[in-house]
This record gives sequence, C-alpha cells and structure tokens, in this order.
Amino acid sequence: MRRTKPVRPPVAQILQKVMTGIQGLDEITGGGLPQGRPTLISGGAGAGKTMFALEFLVRGATEFGESGVFISFEETIADLTKNASSLGFNLERLVAKKKLFIDHIQISRSEIAETGEYDLDGLFIRIADAVKRVGAKRVVLDTIEALFGELPNPSILRAEIRRLFGWLKDQGLTTVITAERDRPEKLTRHGIEEFVSDCVIVLDHRIREEISTRRLRVVKYRGSTHGTNEYPFLIDEHGISVLPISSLGLDHTAPTSRISTGIDRLDGMMGGKGFFRGSSILMSGTSGTGKTSVAAHFVDAACRSGERCLYFAFEESPRQIIRNMRSIGIDLEPWLRSGLLQFHAARPTYAGIEEVLLVTHKHIDSFKPGVVIVDPITNLLSISSLNEVRSMLTRLVDFLKTKEITALFASLTAADGFLEVNEADISSLMDTWLLLKAIEVGGERNRAMYVLKSRGMNHSNQIREFVLTDHGLQLLDVYLGPDGVLTGSARVSQEGREKAAGTSRRQGLEGRGRELDRKREIFEARMTMLRAEFQVEEELIQQSISESKLLDMELLQDRGQMVRSRDADKSAFKKRAQISKAKAR
Amino acid sequence: MAAKKTAATKAVKKTVKKAARKPAQTAVEAFETPTVWNLKLYVAGQSPKSIRAFANLKVLCEEHLKGRYQIEVIDLLEHPHLARGAQIIATPTLVVKLPNAVQKIIGDLSETDRVLIGLALQPVG
Repeated sequence: MRRTKPVRPPVAQILQKVMTGIQGLDEITGGGLPQGRPTLISGGAGAGKTMFALEFLVRGATEFGESGVFISFEETIADLTKNASSLGFNLERLVAKKKLFIDHIQISRSEIAETGEYDLDGLFIRIADAVKRVGAKRVVLDTIEALFGELPNPSILRAEIRRLFGWLKDQGLTTVITAERDRPEKLTRHGIEEFVSDCVIVLDHRIREEISTRRLRVVKYRGSTHGTNEYPFLIDEHGISVLPISSLGLDHTAPTSRISTGIDRLDGMMGGKGFFRGSSILMSGTSGTGKTSVAAHFVDAACRSGERCLYFAFEESPRQIIRNMRSIGIDLEPWLRSGLLQFHAARPTYAGIEEVLLVTHKHIDSFKPGVVIVDPITNLLSISSLNEVRSMLTRLVDFLKTKEITALFASLTAADGFLEVNEADISSLMDTWLLLKAIEVGGERNRAMYVLKSRGMNHSNQIREFVLTDHGLQLLDVYLGPDGVLTGSARVSQEGREKAAGTSRRQGLEGRGRELDRKREIFEARMTMLRAEFQVEEELIQQSISESKLLDMELLQDRGQMVRSRDADKSAFKKRAQISKAKAR
Repeated sequence: MAAKKTAATKAVKKTVKKAARKPAQTAVEAFETPTVWNLKLYVAGQSPKSIRAFANLKVLCEEHLKGRYQIEVIDLLEHPHLARGAQIIATPTLVVKLPNAVQKIIGDLSETDRVLIGLALQPVG
C-alpha cells in the first residue's frame, strides 16, 4: 500500500469547511466538505453512497446543529428510514424535531410526456420549500441522475442540473450529490461531475479473493489539500468509519510508567518493572511455545491492577482460552464477568484486513482498554499480503500509542525457529520483542524465552527457560553446557549432578569434622592414661619416700634401744635423738 | 412580471367560471374519457414558459374540449407544498387525471399532437 505524507490541515482558511461528523473523513479532508458548495459522491451500486449522505445529514443535525434536507430520487421515505435505523439513526425523530426534512421525488417515465420546453423549477421550489421548513444548511440529492431515466430531453436536464447546482451554491447550502458510477473510467453515468467542481469523493466496494472491502478516495478537492489515498471504510451499526491509511505522524507521548508483565522474573528481565505503558510488544514463537499463556499472565496481572483489557483472539474462542488457561492456574473468568476483560474472537477471514483494522479500532474506541492483546497477528497474513499487514499494523500500533494503550501482539513463527523476515519487518514497529523458543535437547522440546529487544530500558540478555506449571508460568535459569543451553531433563540432570556433588562435598566436610573429633578423643584418652600412669608412679614414689623415712626412724629407735641396753651415755643419746627428730620434722 | 401575473390569474378565474357552468361534473359514467376534463397546470411563477403553456393549453382545450374542461393553474411559488403532493419537479407540468391513470405532460405544451396523445384525445401514431 502506498504511503503518503500525512494529511495537513489547510494552511490558510480561505475555504470554509463543514465537518461531516463521519468518523475519519474529516481528518482526510482536513476539516470536512466545502461549506456552501456541492460535493459529489460517486460510487457503484451498493457502495454506500446513500448511507454516506444520510450520515452527513444526521451528524449535521445531531452534532453540529445544522438541519438538513434529504431529496431522495430513488428510495421511498419509509425505506430510507428503515435503512438509516440499521446505522443507528432515528430519522423519524429528527423529522419530528424539524431537524431533517425528507422528500421523495417519485416520477415515472410512463406517466410523463414531454411537449416542449420545460425546466426544473418544480424541483427547485420543492428543495427551497424543504430548506425553508427546517432552516437547512445541508442538502442531499440522492441520486439526481435518476432524473435522466425519467425525464426526456437530456440536454434540457443537464442545463437544469447545472442551474440547480449553481442555485444551491448561491443559497450557501452544503450539498452532497450522489451519483452512480457504472464504468470505472467515468465518475458518473451522465457526466454531471463537470458541474461539481469543488469536491469529488469516490466510494468503492471491491471484492478481492472473496473478501469485500469498502474504500473511499477524495478524487478532487479544490482549494484544499487532502489525503489522496484510498481509505478503507466500514459501515456498521454506528455509521460509517473511514480510516486514514497514513498515520498522523510520530508525535505520540512516551509514558515512563511501567506495567507488569504478570511474570515476576520477566519483569526482572526488563529492569525489574515490566513493559512501558503504551508500548507495543511483539511476542513471537513457534506453535506451542506458550504465547497465549504469556499473554494470559499479562492480562491477569493487568486486570488485577484494575486495567481494562481487550483480547482479540484470532485463533481460539474465548471459552477455549479460559479453559486452557485454567490448566496453568490462571482464571480469567472473573475478569470477564466483572467487565474488565473483553474478548473479541473471530477468524480474520470473515472480512478484509482493513475491516479487521476498523473493527479493532471501533472496539478499542468503545471499550477504552489499557491493554490490548492480539493473538496472533500472523493469522492476518492469511487474508492479506505482507505489505498490507504491515501497513495495517503500523496504523494499529500508532493508534494504540496515541491512546497510550499497551499492546501485546503474538506472532506465530514457522517451525524452523529462525527469525522470520516478516517478523523482522514488523518488529521495527515494536518497542519490545519477546522471543519464545522451543529448544530441543536430549530428545525433548523445552520452552525458553528471551528479550530480544526492549527500547528504552536495560533488559536482560539471558535466555530463560520457562515451564508451565499448575500455578502458572515460571521462568528458570538455563544452564549453559558444552552443547549450548540446557533445558528440561538435561537441566534437571545437571541440577541433579550438582546436587550430588554438593552432597559428597558436604559429606567430606562432615567426615573431616568427625575425624578431628576422633583425634581429639584419642588425644584426650591418651592424656587421661598418661595422667593415670603418672599418678601411679607418683604414688609409688611417695610410698618409697615415706617407707625410707620410716626405715630411718626405726633405725634411729633401734640404735637408741641398743644404747640404753648397753647403758651408754644417756645425754649423748638424747642429743642425737633430738637432732634426728628435728630432721624428721 | 407582476403585470403578467395578474393577467394569468384572471385567466384562471375565467376558465374556472366557464367550467363551473357545466353540469354533470361528478359523472363517472364514461370510462374511456371523462365528461369533464380536470386539468391542473403547475407553473413556477409567471415565466415565459408558464404563459406559453397556459396559452397553448387554452387554445387546445377550446378546440377539442370546448365546454368540457376545467383548468386550474397552480403557482408553485405560492403553494410549494403542492409540488410535493402532486410529485411535480418539472415546470410547467400539466396533470390530467384519466380514469385509470394520472398523466403528466411537461413542457410548454407547444407540441399539440403530443399533448393530445397525453390527454388520450388522439390515438397514438
């Protein structure tokens, strides 16, 4: 898809514009349709011309205080009212409040004979009367070319239509004129575009590969810059919404606050706080790597902190997601019930990519979430080319950023596990890229995750293994071995080995401790023995000492007796006895 | 403009008077053609085309329907809502109520043959 410079507002306000109130159109046209001038809306059958015209009037009446007149040349008032109600517009009420006047011009060729010169004053008068009745500022002529089929003499008719447009301009009425486009080379069947020189918008309803897309293009806008692309648009129960293809520029704010990923260790990998609020996260991985589980964690955590979450599920039904997530201990049901979480599940193939984008926009606009999950974006490739997906995602990401919505995009990669070219392409739009990988080691497949990039934060460069448990997802360290990272059983066995080694070390330590104890015991035992031996010896020695003393005493006594018995000098004896007593003492 | 307008209004009055003189106004007995031709000429003011149309119509009626017609000239500028009721967009438009159809003849009625066909006074071809 082509990209052009963003739509600029008109430099000088020479040309006054009136807002159509049609979502997105006023952006493309830089403020709406030229005021007081006719605008031609051309398109094939079923392109949405009448709806466009109706919404122009209804929005004018309800949002801008400008009454309108609808001159229908084809549909009856009853039909119009019914069709409008499908867009959520209540025409009857507007008519009753004199904010809208509907006139149905019913003519049939068979009733009409032409007998000379005529003019369309009757129509002028009807329009003028209708305008006067409601004080209209806006007029719709749907489809004035129908007159060519009913009235004879086309040359008169052409001149009269030219006069009519001139008259509408003189009256200062902002007019929308619809015209059928039956051939691509012509804007209108009867060439009335030459009378409308100010603004021409072409609506197109195209079917490609069985998917229909409505598109709108501003072909001409005199005196004003305008987006020249084809813009996809959608008609639903809230009217028309046009989506500008090119973004409005890269001027969105960059919040610095963070939002938890719901997985503690993943938060830890990203500076400890998680994603930046309003950032876009790409999470890619092959099938079965746990993308939805990671997303569910994020949703769970966001809802827990009161954040509104919008989950676009392109692969699974909400029931299925809820059931599956219960198996890892995450119950999203309460959030769903409390209205914090909303699911939108649909196969994208139900519509064209642009419609998917529009629907996405509309849901985001109405639900006003803080967190958006798109799971997976790769499914969009099934309905469109890579270029278109990229263009769509660019716009979606920009849109989400301007709204400060944190968005997680899951992306399914092919089984080989290498980075896909298209992923690399898309990843440049994203602020954070989480890569989920299946690592095959030792005949088994294990999940691993790493943060490939994360703008504006210090993030971990490590691969973490993660396991899905009953209590949610757990990130584990990955062991690096000679064959690369170790996961799963290899990790477990590595852990086992380390554990065993630890045990034996511990045992060794204990053993040495015990040896020391034993040695101490031996030492102490020896000490006791030595002390005992010493005591024995001491006793013996003491005994011998006292024995020899006794012997000495006895000897002395014996000698005394011998002296007495021999009547020896008593005094000498006494003296010797005293000496020996003193010695003994 | 104003002078012409009074002239035309006079003409209307005259024809209406003429018609009112005729009896059997409500007759439905004739199925092919009405006994009294109730002709309504819708014009937008007194434009040359309006004047011309009225003049042509009068001549034609005098010639073919003498005494059996009633012309009502309705100025849409004065009664714009009547344009809606009668589904008029072109002016001048002559509306003829035939027994089984309403015929609208637009233009200044200068092509007499066509007018007569429209009034079912002359067979087609």
